[in-house]
Amino acid sequence: MESLGLRVLWEGQNFARLLGGLWVVVQLSVLSILGSLVLGLGVGLIMTLPYKITRFLTRVYLEFIRIMPQLVLLFLAYFGLTRWTGINLPGFTAAVIVFILWGGAEMGDLVRSIVISIPKNQYESGAALGFTRWQLYRFIILPQAVRSLIPPAMNLASRIIKTTSLVVLIGVVEMLKVGQQIIEANRYTAPTAALWIYGTIFFLYFFSCWPLSLAAAYLEKRWQVK
Amino acid sequence: MNLHKLAAAVAVAALALSSAVLLSGCGGSAAKKDAGQTAPAKAAFRSVNTIKQSGEVVIGVFSDKAPFGYVDKNGKYQGYDIYLGDRLAKDLGVKAKYVSVEAANRVEYLKTGKVDIILANFTVTPERAQQVDFALPYMKVALGVVSPEKNLITTPEQLKGKTLIVAKGTTAETYFTKHYPQVKLLKFDQYTETYNALLDGRGDAFSTDNTEVLAWALKNKGFKVGITSLGDLDTIAPAVQKGNKELLDFINNDIKKLGQEQFFHKDYQATLASVYGSAVNPDDLVVEGGVVKK
Repeated sequence: MESLGLRVLWEGQNFARLLGGLWVVVQLSVLSILGSLVLGLGVGLIMTLPYKITRFLTRVYLEFIRIMPQLVLLFLAYFGLTRWTGINLPGFTAAVIVFILWGGAEMGDLVRSIVISIPKNQYESGAALGFTRWQLYRFIILPQAVRSLIPPAMNLASRIIKTTSLVVLIGVVEMLKVGQQIIEANRYTAPTAALWIYGTIFFLYFFSCWPLSLAAAYLEKRWQVK
Repeated sequence: MNLHKLAAAVAVAALALSSAVLLSGCGGSAAKKDAGQTAPAKAAFRSVNTIKQSGEVVIGVFSDKAPFGYVDKNGKYQGYDIYLGDRLAKDLGVKAKYVSVEAANRVEYLKTGKVDIILANFTVTPERAQQVDFALPYMKVALGVVSPEKNLITTPEQLKGKTLIVAKGTTAETYFTKHYPQVKLLKFDQYTETYNALLDGRGDAFSTDNTEVLAWALKNKGFKVGITSLGDLDTIAPAVQKGNKELLDFINNDIKKLGQEQFFHKDYQATLASVYGSAVNPDDLVVEGGVVKK
């Protein structure tokens, strides 16, 4: 029985299809994570500005994204947008936009919390040395912030990767869905296939998240204060 | 460069981006329209002519519900629903483009015009009929009751005082609670548990959709479906966006025409026969020409 389940994995194009699904996950994740980092850095810095209006607007943005389940956001961008405006975004594009908006909001809040946690004397010392505000951030605040940002940003990145499994609900067939398709297509002939397919998917997810962890560990070590 | 100015510029850009996506109407002129989308009005359906001109009919199907709609090992859509989809496309003179849909988003796909037709084992209900337009049915489902061959249950009356296994939240649970209160029900959350309970002899019989028990009984020796069609008959039909009368009429006429050539019996032979085998009478599931016979 076990070998039957294993055989399903190698039948026809099944394994290639799983890898194709993985490719969708990787593309979606890379675009979303990079976009989130850029947007988040900007949003986070804006959040620390001393203006009521920017603080209010970023707050509204953050809270709106945070209280909405990602699935709702995906439905809004894919179905809602078409219904209200007639704009018909492809599922993949809608997913990237939603993930960047979501990741950007959460990343922004991380950046904000870390920037304000940097001791006041760092700012004061910089100012006393004659640094302009731009130089102060560029050479003193950001290097310290980025270092403490790595662990929470890693968390966010792996959450984004795992959340990509939701995009099937807006018609983007990714790895997990391909797995379910294979399992269900063999439901009557090889009921044990589920274990093997999900096992394979586990490893494929693992090997796409693992390099991120390694890179983070390396950077943390490299930038450690000695 | 002044950091405040830079930050303010980023703020404006970020908020513009988010409002374009999240607020209705805002991004209408700014965002580019999908090249393939010729529909001028909001989320409009495509007429038969537009479909013919585009050379492609977009059909929403299940991709993981074997044997009705699934993807085979070579990545091709297959199944009872797809067999019909291919034929509809052929009769329209276009190619079929299949889109994988889920039970939860079938209605949305139609409402937003992202698909022309849904052929995803869509059970006709009055609630759904308010949201979409159903064509003539091409399949029917009812409850089935599976029991050990040695003590085969062939009428619901036989179950009185006996234990019937059901899955929670299914139509079987509501049906027996309402019509046969004397039957003792043993309820489980998941399908696998119900089948295991039947195998262990914890109940005298198990009831759920007939398509489900028929396929199961075939794989499990010593069990047989004694009642193949019980309770309220549900029909399964193609659906189009509300108001797309032209396409609806086309499908209805096509289904009537297909009835003359016993198309759905051929469909059954091609897709379902291997799962249900000779134990099942195709007429228990198949609806020809849109006419439901009890």
